[in-house]
Amino acid sequence: MTEKMNADKMWVTMGPQHPFSHGLWTLRVKVDGEIVVDAEPEVGYLHRGWEKECEQRTYAKIIPMADRLCYSASMTWSHLYCKAAEEALDIEVPERAQYMRVIADEICRIQSHLMWLAAVGTDLGNLTVFLWALREREFFLDLNVRLCGQRLTTNYPRIGGVRSDMPYYFERDCMRAVEHFEKTLWEIIGLTDESSIFVSRMKGIGYITRKDVANLGITGPAMRGCGVDYDVRRDDPYDAYDQLTFEVPVLKEGDTYSRYMVRIEELFQSCELIRQAMKKLESIPKTAPYRVKVPRCVPAGTTCAKIEDPRGESIMYLVSDGSERPYRLKVRSPVFVNVSASKNMVVGNRIADIPAIMAMIDMCLGETDR
Amino acid sequence: MADNDIIEAPSYEDTISLLKAKFGDKLVFRTSTKKNNRAINQKRRIFLSTDRETIYPLCEYLHGKLNYEQATSVCGVDWVDHLQVVYHITNYFTAVMVEIEVDVPNDDPHIASVTPIWGGANWHERETYELFGIIFDGHPKLERLLTPQSYEFYPFRKSYKLRGQE
Repeated sequence: MTEKMNADKMWVTMGPQHPFSHGLWTLRVKVDGEIVVDAEPEVGYLHRGWEKECEQRTYAKIIPMADRLCYSASMTWSHLYCKAAEEALDIEVPERAQYMRVIADEICRIQSHLMWLAAVGTDLGNLTVFLWALREREFFLDLNVRLCGQRLTTNYPRIGGVRSDMPYYFERDCMRAVEHFEKTLWEIIGLTDESSIFVSRMKGIGYITRKDVANLGITGPAMRGCGVDYDVRRDDPYDAYDQLTFEVPVLKEGDTYSRYMVRIEELFQSCELIRQAMKKLESIPKTAPYRVKVPRCVPAGTTCAKIEDPRGESIMYLVSDGSERPYRLKVRSPVFVNVSASKNMVVGNRIADIPAIMAMIDMCLGETDR
Repeated sequence: MADNDIIEAPSYEDTISLLKAKFGDKLVFRTSTKKNNRAINQKRRIFLSTDRETIYPLCEYLHGKLNYEQATSVCGVDWVDHLQVVYHITNYFTAVMVEIEVDVPNDDPHIASVTPIWGGANWHERETYELFGIIFDGHPKLERLLTPQSYEFYPFRKSYKLRGQE
């Protein structure tokens, strides 16, 4: 009986070149008819030895490398690296730089989530969402250009602060973009949530329980869509996040649609965070320092910095030996762990639902393979 | 309180005192001298080191009794004269993170796998295995993940020199 059933099952290799994969990785799935019974993700096509590469560079030279970990979350990655080095040096960042980092991080979060929304649109066959989301994303990339001179790999944070103060009229431009976006986001939601086809492709698939999510180490919006109420920005605050009030969206359903809703709600919360941080910045004089000078060598010891990336919880564990180069720099990438749990998400679903389920991980291979 | 009850949100002090009561002198607690670190000042980091024999019961206790639900990361460090595995374990309710350092000798790089406790440690341990050559006993599938299967060396060890470094 079982042998006969096994004969009907087959392995299907999705990737490394597949429209749903958004990068070079493979998801091998075992299907029984249309139902997925087993899955095996394979990564590593992009392994560059990032961590080993860092051991050869001085601390300042690693900041632009940290940008390249993920093209759409470059600000949070270089911020995290700078935070790790600052904690190892045990220095306090000036208040003005803390708020500017919050603003830069939230701009990064908005544009990263919009990139994800565009990808979801194409995956689920709604090309208008793709175009509209990318159109709105351009306004935030323009803000990146004003702030740092680059659209994606921003190279903005520095160990001890940020590279430069805000350019003239940046507050005005930033608030214009945010207020415009808060209106147009409702139009995009009208395209997605009010389209019954779009919603029915996401609802009721990819269920994962709260216990499994915690045990498998899934973090970020994928975790909060399954009922875990944890956000590094609120529970383990860094920089100026403890001075700002915001809500952490948590949904208990645990299916693909709830993970989608969490990300949409995070877009609104990011707008709110930018508005509050801008308001607080007004009370800090423009002549206040935005950067402190730091020594070239980091004292020996270990440090572990944590940050909420658009995709989840990222960690850098830095071992320093007193020289001008790190002894070891470990990167904990959120996508690396989330994709390792993809078997639990896809098993039991139809093979046609895999793009919708995996879209909620928001793949980024640069940080997965390092 | 029964012995097998889970404490959902043990505070920083509770975690330390319960661990001390359970494992005694097997654990060595370290304190940080950093002044400006908010997470350390607000008591959200616990640093300790232990030996290879204690790590599995310690992790079982952290997960089963103290509700440390997430294995945030497992990583290796090559100290040349010995290897080291560093675990970061988080509780979602209190946001306390425990950092555990375990030394592993060069000539016998074996340590118990914590993947049966936390599924999230699976790929971290595979990565540490392929890059440092530390063998995690009891791991369900200890194969190379990021590097090609044909590699017979461990590229993140200090003995492996990059071009221009030798």
